[in-house]
Amino acid sequence: MSLDSKIPAGEMDKKWTDYKGHVKLVNPSNKRKLEVIVVGTGLAGASAAASLGELGYKVKAFCFQDSPRRAHSIAAQGGINAAKNYQNDGDSVFRLFYDTVKGGDYRAREANVHRLAEVSNNIIDQCVAQGVPFAREYGGLLSNRSFGGTQVQRTFYAAGQTGQQLLLGAYSALERQVALGNVIMYNRHEMLDIVKIDGKARGIIARDLVNGTLERHFGHAVLLCTGGYGNVFYLSTNAMGSNVTAAWKAHKQGAWFGNPCFTQIHPTCIPVSGDHQSKLTLMSESLRNDGRIWVPKKKEDNRKGVDIPEEERDYYLERRYPAFGNLVPRDVASRAAKERCDEGYGVGTTKMAVYLDFADAIIRYGKIEAGKQGLENVSEADIIKMGKGVVEEKYGNLFEMYEKITGENPYEMPMRIYPAVHYTMGGLWVDYELKTTVDGLYALGEANFSDHGANRLGASALMQGLADGYFVIPYTLGNYLADDISTAAIPTSHPAFEEMEKAVSDRINQLMNIKGKQTVESFHKRLGKIMWDKCGMARNANNLQEAIVEIQALKKEFWSDVKIPGDVNEMNPELDKAGRVADFIELGELMCKDALNRNESCGGHFREESQTEEGEAKRDDENYSFVSAWEYKGESDWQLNKEPLTFDIVKPTQRSYK
Amino acid sequence: MGLTGLFLISFLIVHVGVNACIFVNDGGETFNTAARFMSHNWILRIMEIGLFAGLILHIVQGFMLWKNNSSARPVDYNIKKANKNSKWYSRSMGLLGTLLLFFLIIHVSKFFVSTKIALYANGGINDASHNLYLEMKEEFQTWWVVLIYIAGVVSLFWHLLHGFQSAFQTLGINHKRYTPIIKAIGVGYTIIVCILFALMPISFYLGWIQ
Amino acid sequence: MEHYNMNLTLKVWKQKNSTAKGNFETYQVKDISSEMSFLEMFDVLNEQLITDGKDPIAFDHDCREGICGACSMYIDGRAHGPWSKNTTCQLHMRAFKDGDTIVVEPWRAAAFPVIKDLMVDRDAFDRIIQAGGYISVNTGNAVDANSLPIDKKDADTSFDAASCIGCGACVAACKNSSAMLFVSAKVSQLALLPQGEPEREARVLNMVAQMDKEGFGNCTNTYACEAECPKGISVTNIARMNREFLKAGLSTEQ
Repeated sequence: MSLDSKIPAGEMDKKWTDYKGHVKLVNPSNKRKLEVIVVGTGLAGASAAASLGELGYKVKAFCFQDSPRRAHSIAAQGGINAAKNYQNDGDSVFRLFYDTVKGGDYRAREANVHRLAEVSNNIIDQCVAQGVPFAREYGGLLSNRSFGGTQVQRTFYAAGQTGQQLLLGAYSALERQVALGNVIMYNRHEMLDIVKIDGKARGIIARDLVNGTLERHFGHAVLLCTGGYGNVFYLSTNAMGSNVTAAWKAHKQGAWFGNPCFTQIHPTCIPVSGDHQSKLTLMSESLRNDGRIWVPKKKEDNRKGVDIPEEERDYYLERRYPAFGNLVPRDVASRAAKERCDEGYGVGTTKMAVYLDFADAIIRYGKIEAGKQGLENVSEADIIKMGKGVVEEKYGNLFEMYEKITGENPYEMPMRIYPAVHYTMGGLWVDYELKTTVDGLYALGEANFSDHGANRLGASALMQGLADGYFVIPYTLGNYLADDISTAAIPTSHPAFEEMEKAVSDRINQLMNIKGKQTVESFHKRLGKIMWDKCGMARNANNLQEAIVEIQALKKEFWSDVKIPGDVNEMNPELDKAGRVADFIELGELMCKDALNRNESCGGHFREESQTEEGEAKRDDENYSFVSAWEYKGESDWQLNKEPLTFDIVKPTQRSYK
Repeated sequence: MGLTGLFLISFLIVHVGVNACIFVNDGGETFNTAARFMSHNWILRIMEIGLFAGLILHIVQGFMLWKNNSSARPVDYNIKKANKNSKWYSRSMGLLGTLLLFFLIIHVSKFFVSTKIALYANGGINDASHNLYLEMKEEFQTWWVVLIYIAGVVSLFWHLLHGFQSAFQTLGINHKRYTPIIKAIGVGYTIIVCILFALMPISFYLGWIQ
Repeated sequence: MEHYNMNLTLKVWKQKNSTAKGNFETYQVKDISSEMSFLEMFDVLNEQLITDGKDPIAFDHDCREGICGACSMYIDGRAHGPWSKNTTCQLHMRAFKDGDTIVVEPWRAAAFPVIKDLMVDRDAFDRIIQAGGYISVNTGNAVDANSLPIDKKDADTSFDAASCIGCGACVAACKNSSAMLFVSAKVSQLALLPQGEPEREARVLNMVAQMDKEGFGNCTNTYACEAECPKGISVTNIARMNREFLKAGLSTEQ
């Protein structure tokens, strides 16, 4: 099988319009006969299920949480990009397209990114119409802010809870379709495998997590909107339940996996406090607008941050990147923090943190405030007081969150931060129509690989999830289903369903019958440590090879010594977790393999072998300008297929932030 | 609840106003005149029926609310720290209301019924001989009657302290600027009305008024 | 912040499934760091239980950063525990001291039946949203986002109401198990925006009817919901809903 990305011919800015103009349609009476399964109810899943329900398809939506509203899209803080150019600052569809391709370090598919930029404006319109309360100016019009990697203000936001508001908008649209009977919602259900008939995805096996029963569900097509796999690292900013299982089952059934090693490490997260740590919390990127990042100049300096005098501090980002300073892109900031900590300059009890300091910003804002109020001869204490007021207004909720978690007052002492896994650009390989290499099986949102290349820009994830669900899949799915109108619903007594249910059931029983000594959690932690140490922020061939061996050993150990309490036929969170960790282990191996294969540094993927003399990432366009699409062949056996990337419009250049 | 509550609150103003006439300390002349006006004016007599209807409605609503709400949590918590999130009297409106109901039964049978008997016993022609003031004065010479009345007023105090502002909230009136004023008026109203009510039996018992 | 370790006694509600009879189990946990979150302390306990061959405690949780609304524990007599404007996942162990006994119960309400241990079924909330917690606009119908200016004050108030995470702490804290704060937050969000105008009356009537049908209690204005809400949703929303309800109830033709 060869990879056909099905990019429409024609000029870049006409492709999507042309596609829509010529795509096959399904008439309303036929739509009523066609069933679609949507797995996952985050931004991509909820918006897709709602839109397809509105069109008249019979939709079944699944989520493992107790309500579709809990999907992890809800935790996105910063905002959503759109090329509205409401600020008259020179933005356009082209610029959003250009910034995203460049930001992705030239490893994304141009046509997909252009379409994303085109529909970005429709997303904002749709969300506002749904009642999403975006931030507004006093004149009543929408407010924008700027975000990393761009020179225009194109980010729409709702305080620090943009993801929540967008998801609740999509969720309400979804619930409306549930009320109208167009969508049937299955809460607390986990998809455990795809059912294929004659090479086409025709349904899923799902487990009711409340009572443990396996269910068969038919669909003319299956949409996976199941998010990213950052939890392969155990510690990440993802929700505890975020997992790769649905995507991984699809992968093992023939859906190729695109760029699995492309992981985004976010520079400003609250550091690990001890072995008990279960997850990491992000502090919005916006903090880097005002905070200064530093470490002590002396190694193993155990003084408190505030006690270290100015001349003994190393503002290493400002030192290394004078042009961008603390505002370098996420991947660069993350690696620089790691470098300092590895060299022994880290701070805090674990020494795996750097300072994010607002002392200067407080004084600066205090002086501005004093100036605004026309005050003279203001004491330093008063300036600091006024400055704290300004900072509180801008970042109050973030500072409060920091204090809740750490018990330290960030107005008085510098915050400790460290990079953490945040997003995965890789995912199931999809063509222009978001279809995987399995006919009838689609992947939307973070679950696919398509739009962010090797590095995602801030405020682009929400945009992509909603673009796929609201504005892409309603067209592209119709193009597939138009040829399927004569296919009647296949009864779930079909042997393919029976076989797959048995396979799922066997695997569950196999897990339960291991009855070993080690907990699921302990395996997950060990996997995470291998991944973080050897396939994390900096990677090299040696480490990756070691990691592959270690993961294979871990897999053996898992399947012979994992201990799962309880029974199959009851609510059993440990069993749910065991299945997910088993899949993460297999994925981990593939990620290392992909990272090993890609002997270049690009975006979030940094190979130590491929760096400039100053230690910056060095891309190798000659040899690696392709998407790695991995085909599952058997246990620990994958075949690499390459989708070459061509750049007709945005010509690749080396990124520099000096 | 809110509407009937506000209606009863407005009645209390009239009631306490008439009662306050005793503090003129003229041997009950003003008070008796006011009381007689209240029981003879035909408009007021029609309104009296409304009052009872309102009171009964308030009681029935309260009972239904209690019944409904008690079925909303079939299994209760083992440990509750409700004082951390709300006021005890806000949570005890049913109990306070029941206490008030018992008190009202005593109160009505003591004064209201006697007035009515006086009014209608002789074919409703002549009740001039009925002196409510004297009747009160006699009743409030017994210490336990005074105590019952004070207990009734205490229940009323807490009931009103929650009820006044709560009625506005129920009717949808909650405004950044006006709600603090409504709340302040509610507290003032509650304190003044309850002090006036409580002073009556106390004053008679201690002989502050003749 | 000084770190310290503590030993604790936990009394936790255990219930095998929705039909089983539950009871409190007592557990001892040792060397709990003051830096752990409350749920991490439960992780430690569960790891210990699994290793000892005992049944771990089931509880809902997901994002662990206070936004998804999944976590739902009634800790020592309070929804989400002793800290205000906080979810269980953000509660940290420095709120407790060595030797404490902590009692943990599930949300209690007829409309939130226990599924297992500390997990409850909150589908009732979804059904209330289905009754009208949306603006009926199909994808593609929208006009330009800036064609409809909205008073910033209204937009901000609408956002405040919309920040509800649907955790159910309001129901859990209310002595009547009333869902008025949850329902009113959604009604308010949409009533404050011009987009919500066309369905305004039907929305409040249908959502309130569904709320009653689910078996939630009535509001008696104790304001416990506001005090325990992790997002500080204001009871002014309840007043607004009452207003909307009265208006709609009086003007409806049915």
